[in-house]
Amino acid sequence: MRTYILFGLVALLFIGTGFVQSWNTSLTILNMGLISAIMALGVNIQWGYAGLFNIGVMGFVALGGLATVLVSMPPTGEAWSAGGVRIIAALAMGAATVIAAVMTYARTSGRRRAIAVLAVITIGFVLYRTLFDPARDAIEAVDPASTGYLGGLGLPVLLAWPVGGLLAAGAAWIVGKTALGLRSDYLAIATLGIAEIIIAVLKNEDWLSRGVKNVNGIPRPVPYEIDLQNSASFVERTAGWGASPETASAITVKLSYLGLFAVVLIALIWLSQRALNSPWGRMMRAIRDNEVAAEAMGKDVTARHLQVFIIGSAVCGIAGAMMTTLDGLLTPGTYQPLRFTFLIWVMVIVGGSGNNLGAVLGGFLIWWLWIQVEPLGAGLMGIITYPMADGSFLKGHLMESVQHMRLLTMGVILLLVLRFSPRGLLPEK
Amino acid sequence: MDILNALVALLNFVVIPATAYGAQLALGALGVTLIYGILRFSNFAHGDTMAFGAMVTILVTWAMQGAGISLGPLPTALLALPFGIAATALLVLGTDKIVYQFYRRQKAKPVILVIVSMGVMFVMNGLVRFVIGPGDQRFADGERFIISARNFKEMTGLNEGLAFKTTQGITIVTAVITVAALFWFLNRTRTGKSMRAFSDNEDLALLSGINPERVVMVTWLIVAALATIAGVLYGLDKSFKPFVYLQLLLPVFASAVVGGLGNPLGAIGGGFVIAFSEVTVTYAFKKVLGYLLPDSLAPDGLVQLLTTDYKFAVSFAILVIVLLIKPTGLFKGKSI
Repeated sequence: MRTYILFGLVALLFIGTGFVQSWNTSLTILNMGLISAIMALGVNIQWGYAGLFNIGVMGFVALGGLATVLVSMPPTGEAWSAGGVRIIAALAMGAATVIAAVMTYARTSGRRRAIAVLAVITIGFVLYRTLFDPARDAIEAVDPASTGYLGGLGLPVLLAWPVGGLLAAGAAWIVGKTALGLRSDYLAIATLGIAEIIIAVLKNEDWLSRGVKNVNGIPRPVPYEIDLQNSASFVERTAGWGASPETASAITVKLSYLGLFAVVLIALIWLSQRALNSPWGRMMRAIRDNEVAAEAMGKDVTARHLQVFIIGSAVCGIAGAMMTTLDGLLTPGTYQPLRFTFLIWVMVIVGGSGNNLGAVLGGFLIWWLWIQVEPLGAGLMGIITYPMADGSFLKGHLMESVQHMRLLTMGVILLLVLRFSPRGLLPEK
Repeated sequence: MDILNALVALLNFVVIPATAYGAQLALGALGVTLIYGILRFSNFAHGDTMAFGAMVTILVTWAMQGAGISLGPLPTALLALPFGIAATALLVLGTDKIVYQFYRRQKAKPVILVIVSMGVMFVMNGLVRFVIGPGDQRFADGERFIISARNFKEMTGLNEGLAFKTTQGITIVTAVITVAALFWFLNRTRTGKSMRAFSDNEDLALLSGINPERVVMVTWLIVAALATIAGVLYGLDKSFKPFVYLQLLLPVFASAVVGGLGNPLGAIGGGFVIAFSEVTVTYAFKKVLGYLLPDSLAPDGLVQLLTTDYKFAVSFAILVIVLLIKPTGLFKGKSI
């Protein structure tokens, strides 16, 4: 019952936005809200089911974005012939070095181990750089203003969503393998680190993602507004809506995205609910609530943790790929931990950790607030500063700073929920 | 001569910057490690506490500059520092009263406190951006160099210049004084001893009549001072930007963990380990090798292991290696 009421209230927020501002705005927020809900679902799988503290959500989201570029952009033939094979050879060399180092570590001991591992890494690194550097320079020299990177595979963009999940899962496997056996704080710091590294790679490896030059014009799974406006049948059909063809086309495009995202979200909710209510889900919660007891019952805690960590990260990767598809561009410079990691955590905690629907509700609600705090804050600030003289320093400063109120508001909401309703709006049953 | 030149280049580009950066990290890590030892959680708001302290100091510095007060060759910020510390102390004590105290009484799990500190981080970050804005602020004044590169060249006749910035000198001196005072306090005073006792064994400390609220209060006061000093020194040395302080969280935590969480000595060691490896790995050794090797062997490339943008990867890699080999850190820390 509570679920229906709260979801109804959130729906009212979006409908209200539609009437007060515009339906276009409301749909824009709703589309991102759907994606946020999926991210929150992913974090909830890790934190709510298993109690894993992952604060590297940003990294997995960014990997999903990278997958969109790698799958859907057309390949740059010239760049491939300039250095494509060489760069792949270099990467293989790098991977071989790491594997060799790990194997050397396992097969030696004592002082010889340190020397041998160091030797393997040094030789491997030098070989890697001699292969890699010229190949990278060759690729980045190919028409740097418009390409300068390898491009993608030119496949349909929808395929990027599962691929994004796979990429994120791969990264999660590496992080989990190293950090999951350790204490929970250490996992947090390790994920924080890996997220920063992934962003650094996206920003700097121009041959892969064009770096801060951004990748524009990622193909869309839905029609373009301009094509709709030029199609006579579309204009004729929407003439009855009482809106200009521009607005009608924008809304149609957003509705199509909405449909696609809703399908993904509903499928994921269904799967998560099935998982949570299965023996597997009960085992997860048992491990979360008492690791020692679960281990005594013969459950492999570390392996289950790794499993759930990978699943949750994959969900975040899917959401990241969807977000980049919606934006139509990959901008590595815009990934910020406050927005892509900690905000998702606010969604999960506020919505109710351990409850899938709670996380989804938190995703919608917090995203709506995140967007709307700014106009609301501007209105509030307008009232506060009304008695002040126009052009006074304080008034100008306060009005300019309105955009920073959202961080403050999110912090206050998180603290209030933790204090007065620590189980969230929709508590776990 | 060439060897001397190489040595000077190394000092100029690696040793001096890394020492200053290491001192800043060490001060930040000391704050993290003290909170971990006494309050038993990883404080994610620490980076923003540093930013807040630096921000207040900057505002006071500007006011002083406006009023014509200065320290001569030293930056005015040093005069403003006590005000920054006082404001930060008020802020963290207030936060403790309003937020953390409740969970401490409840005996909440450490991970809950970590999430709470995430909320505090949001609020502090918003506060700092609200007051001073998200942009870059410079507030260093006074003499820029203790030794400038040109003077050094004239003095010694070497090809390589050695620049020693005032801010670097101040960083190192202030850090030494602060750390000495902290260790004197922890080892010699009654309050400091009670803090260490509380950190080692809470129940025993309570039994012997140590007032936990007092220990917690003193801890926050020290943390406020450490965070402000670290934040101001970093801001003087580089520049002040709220976002950068959020990113400092990773190297600061890495320092604390590498040294051994909860161990103050470890925090200092960890800070320098992280700083030196970051600077060494991201420095282009072309120049140094050019002096040392004969001309025929001189390197063509920059001989830079990683570009500077990957400095986070370095702190992270060291962190992972240390955790895998010695999970309690280089200097034995505690593992709860």
